[in-house]
Amino acid sequence: MTSESAFIDIQDLVFLRGERRIFDGLSLKIPRGKVTAIMGPSGTGKTTLLKLIGGQLRPESGRITVDGICVHELRRSALYDLRKRMGMLFQSGALFSDISAYENVAFPLRVHTKLPEDMIRDIVLMKLEAVGLRGARDLMPSELSGGMTRRVALARSIALDPELIMYDEPFTGQDPIAKGVLVEMISKLNRSMGLTSVLVSHDVPESLSICDYACIVSNGQVIGAGTPEELQGNPSERVQQFLQGKPDGPVPFHYPAEPIAEDLADGAQR
Amino acid sequence: MRQRTMEIVVGAFVLAGCGALLFLALQVSGLTPQAAEPTYKVYANFNDVGGLSVRGQVSMAGVTIGRVTAITLDPKTYQARVEMEINKSAEIIPTDSSAIIRTAGLLGEKYVDVSVGADQEYMKDGDTFYGTQSALNIERLISNFASGK
Amino acid sequence: MMDRLATIGRGTFDILASLGRSSEFLLRSLVAVPRPATGLPLLVKQIYAVGVLSLAIIVVSGLFIGMVLGLQGYNILTDYGSEQAIGQMVALTLVRELGPVVTALLFAGRAGSALTAEIGLMKATEQLSSMEMMGVDPLRRVIAPRFWAGFITMPLLAMIFSVVGIWGGMLVGVDWLGVFEGSYWANMQASVDFGEDVLNGIIKSIAFGFVCTWIAVYQGYDSVPTSEGISSATTKTVVYSSLAVLGLDFILTAVMFGDI
Ligand SMILES: Nc1ncnc2c1ncn2[C@@H]1O[C@H](COP(=O)(O)OP(=O)(O)O)[C@@H](O)[C@H]1O
Ligand SMILES: [Mg+2]
Repeated sequence: MTSESAFIDIQDLVFLRGERRIFDGLSLKIPRGKVTAIMGPSGTGKTTLLKLIGGQLRPESGRITVDGICVHELRRSALYDLRKRMGMLFQSGALFSDISAYENVAFPLRVHTKLPEDMIRDIVLMKLEAVGLRGARDLMPSELSGGMTRRVALARSIALDPELIMYDEPFTGQDPIAKGVLVEMISKLNRSMGLTSVLVSHDVPESLSICDYACIVSNGQVIGAGTPEELQGNPSERVQQFLQGKPDGPVPFHYPAEPIAEDLADGAQR
Repeated sequence: MRQRTMEIVVGAFVLAGCGALLFLALQVSGLTPQAAEPTYKVYANFNDVGGLSVRGQVSMAGVTIGRVTAITLDPKTYQARVEMEINKSAEIIPTDSSAIIRTAGLLGEKYVDVSVGADQEYMKDGDTFYGTQSALNIERLISNFASGK
Repeated sequence: MMDRLATIGRGTFDILASLGRSSEFLLRSLVAVPRPATGLPLLVKQIYAVGVLSLAIIVVSGLFIGMVLGLQGYNILTDYGSEQAIGQMVALTLVRELGPVVTALLFAGRAGSALTAEIGLMKATEQLSSMEMMGVDPLRRVIAPRFWAGFITMPLLAMIFSVVGIWGGMLVGVDWLGVFEGSYWANMQASVDFGEDVLNGIIKSIAFGFVCTWIAVYQGYDSVPTSEGISSATTKTVVYSSLAVLGLDFILTAVMFGDI
């Protein structure tokens, strides 16, 4: 993986939430035109990482470049221009609840292009067709099921034909069929549109089945990276614990706390 | 389609608001849409303006012809100097007219009443009334009456 | 003792910090005027939500308040044999005070709380975030139209309130209690001054519109994106707006009518 082919390059990223160090010297390269999965337990800051890449949060120190552009040094307007080249599928879908599915997909087109209404209509119907929901165009977001919401949101994030698309936990809370549909759709989109995909997830089998590269993030650092096969063969205990879903191991099951005996004794003294 | 009905309703709402403004201007505050009439200034010196205020009416035979625009104290004579703006259309005040401060009703507003004289000449811009009669002070009247003067 | 001092200090700091943040927020959303082609439909939609939907409560309240003023005014004035002054009393009270103030209080409860809840929920469901990620500034797209709608709507609502109230006063005074209609209007016109009373009342309601909408959209935008966060933000909107309106009303009245 040479540095020219890296679409996103993260170096020595440090990010704090209050006192907590969410990222502590994280470095990561995401290759152009491939599907990269970022995996890690809940609460390690996967969503935070995507927001840092999108420039919604600023790192304490370190550098994040997208296609050679340093995200957090950009001025507001340049950042907004860069974001037109990115799509992001939020965990909840984040459809605008006051407009229909059709209008949701048309939204970025109306805002960022001056296309005539009939062309917007063609594009919207094509994008909805790509996610199989052309028939649901007139439904309001409240009338869509969870899986449909995510598919409409996906159609919306690809409306402007972005170069990069980031998926935040696309499989969480989906039934097996919907999961299958989404897996299918993500890899199809990547192949047909040649975009760079970043997939954030803690669903190991689904993620590994579609990604070209994967990395595992824990305690603010990358603990393992490579192709799915390389990861499976990774000797690190922590990597294996995560991949096989063992309840306890180097990655602790407990949130940091004082020993339980002391805690209980404290209660008894009161 | 829905956007269109919304636009119509909002348009009607804004019109209703403007209508309310018009109603407040014309019907409630009695503003007449004609342009402000040209005026000229005259003055009057009173021993006591007691209760007359700026923006008070100036009238002649009960018809409003102008407004009080300023009340100042003359440092030499210790009298109150009242400045009035009179409508040009009422530039027919004989020079020997006098200005009297009266009360509208028993407890109402004080206003300046012009008591018409007999001279052939009219007062011009900047002139001062020759004769004045100060505000009727009810308290003083009562105390005078009580002490039998 | 030291603890208490520290609490006061921290409280002051918090208040100053949130004033600073909300001022910056206000400035940024005022600067962010959308293009007319996209902005106007958004504004129309918000004027509908904020203004037209508040109209019913404004009209009904205005009517009742005008009728109460007519009734109370008649009872007081009739003692002095001057019940024909009822028109001037009703009109002055409404135009100078009750019109702007009651409209603002009703607005805070009806439209302000709705604005806060809506924006807070948009934040909680990541709609604002996703807008940012699409390269659209939520201040421009979501906040600015709502802000302007509130600002434009408030004086319109206040004037409608006053007019309906004056009509309600006439209903009671003239039609019911038998005051001569001519003197109802004539007394009113003689004592209500357009510049002094009507315009000052409108200036008040513009100021209230500004403050109420600012508080409402800021509380929504700054809310903690959870159900408790939104519910507490909504409460804060109503409480802060009401206090701000009443306090500001005193200051404006002192400046406008108090010869300061
Ligand atoms: N707005 C916030 N304020 C403070 N802490 C936050 C905020 N958002 C997230 N966090 C913290 O940052 C950590 C990472 O969150 P997140 O990126 O959502 O994790 P993930 O997506 O991996 O589950 C969490 O432990 C969470 O407590
Ligand atoms: Mg997350």
